[in-house]
Amino acid sequence: MVRSYVLLAWTWTRAATAYPVSFALMTVFGLVVAGMDLAVILIIFANTTSLGGFGREEVLFLYGTASLAFTLADLLFSNLDRVSQHIRAGSLDTVLIRPVSAWIQLATDRFFPARIGRVLQAAAVLWYAVAALELERLWMVPLMVVCGLVIFAALWTFAGALQFVLTDAPEVVNAFTYGSGAYVQHPLSIYGKELVRATTFVLPLAFVNWLPGLYVLGRRDPLGLPSWAGLLAPAAALILLALSGLAWRQGIRHYRSTGS
Amino acid sequence: MPTCGHGLLSFPHAPEVTAIYLYPTLILYGFRKHATYVWAALAGAFTNSVFGILRAYVLIALWQARPHLGGYDVVDAVTFCFVTQAMIGPMQLFGGGLGIPERIRSGDIALDLVRPASLQAWTLAEDLGRAAYLLVVRGLPPTLLGALLFGLTHPDGPDRWALFGLSFLLGVVVSFAWRYLVALSVCWLIDERGVATVSMILMTFFSGLALPLTIFPGWLGELARSLPFAAMVQVPIDVYLGKGDGLAFQVLWAAVLLALGAAGTRLVRHKVVIQGG
Repeated sequence: MVRSYVLLAWTWTRAATAYPVSFALMTVFGLVVAGMDLAVILIIFANTTSLGGFGREEVLFLYGTASLAFTLADLLFSNLDRVSQHIRAGSLDTVLIRPVSAWIQLATDRFFPARIGRVLQAAAVLWYAVAALELERLWMVPLMVVCGLVIFAALWTFAGALQFVLTDAPEVVNAFTYGSGAYVQHPLSIYGKELVRATTFVLPLAFVNWLPGLYVLGRRDPLGLPSWAGLLAPAAALILLALSGLAWRQGIRHYRSTGS
Repeated sequence: MPTCGHGLLSFPHAPEVTAIYLYPTLILYGFRKHATYVWAALAGAFTNSVFGILRAYVLIALWQARPHLGGYDVVDAVTFCFVTQAMIGPMQLFGGGLGIPERIRSGDIALDLVRPASLQAWTLAEDLGRAAYLLVVRGLPPTLLGALLFGLTHPDGPDRWALFGLSFLLGVVVSFAWRYLVALSVCWLIDERGVATVSMILMTFFSGLALPLTIFPGWLGELARSLPFAAMVQVPIDVYLGKGDGLAFQVLWAAVLLALGAAGTRLVRHKVVIQGG
């Protein structure tokens, strides 16, 4: 499975690097576009010293972990949200005939390695924040990023599965995938309590970086969850991944070819 | 003589369509062209609304820490957030929307240039139609949702509404004039993705969509408030909130950018003649 993924992604990488200057420029542009989110945070902290009870470095830590997980998932799995295009073009039939998992094929379809620019930007911010904060529970940070990656991979799988139904308005899923990515960029303490509860117990976005982040930072949860709640992130991520797998299979089963 | 157009807008005497009718007709065509993609527009409205809610919470947190920052109170800030989300569609803040790059690459632009009407005015008319459609379908839902969830303020009195309408229209014209220049650049650059990305950053960040330009610090703020992008979002929303009347600023930038676009069109015409042999 991993081998097919790497092979297909490598094919697209070779195609994309056929024009090295264009590839380098797209990587740099990705980095700059992602820098806009960072600039927003920096401008906010040019006006205040605390946002939602968190200082600049703490907010950058939460932004860095969320963005690193999100941009990695965007690089590796975001092409899953183009299922509806394949359905309309009829190319999904070809995908289903091939002896490789449809999920792998669609995740790697038009794999665009220049998105690495955004990953690098997120990694640089996280690097800065970790260095500035002198964290004691540093070991937790890689685990946070992996759990976040799994949660976003599951969200993109859901997005792909939904498109078997939403063939006419595929853009709707952007609100869930990119919206979730934007949602966890800021400390969840700024949002309404009901929204945070819903994104803890229904859609476990709080496990991307918020609850584990509070554990790493040694901060108390404003909604009163115990500090070990952050350690449940791997369980939350795996449950969501399993559910998204079921949704995906349901989507594939739901699909009826036009037959032409 | 075959008729021009169908149904509502058919012209049995197409050859007699004079310049007086041409541009209003193009505005209607632009409107209708975009009205074909109802679901895409509604999906866009949904996404703009979701992001509006997220942005609103960030701004509320900032204005709780710093009340009266940038001359706004919390309600002003939340209104700023939703009304500017509503502008994304009509002002086409992520760029594009003109179809010129495709026509330059395919060579169809030569056909557009021989028409007995200015390419720039023609495209502007179509773009106004597009903006009118997206104002309704992508502008109203985020604003109504914001009003429902958070409670928004609105211009006091019909004078202020009229002024806002005018400022909004000027914003669309400045946005068009800028995107027209970006689109023409394809004639000289084979791949427009680089320019499109730079333009997207300028139009989202320096227009006031990312954050109000009034809270940008120091020289960055002064720079941002004097660039044409401020005329697309910051000036209209300030007119809406009753915090300023930058219409002269908008007119100035519209004139400058449209003049540059007209000069660009002449250059493109020469280039096409050379390539066409």
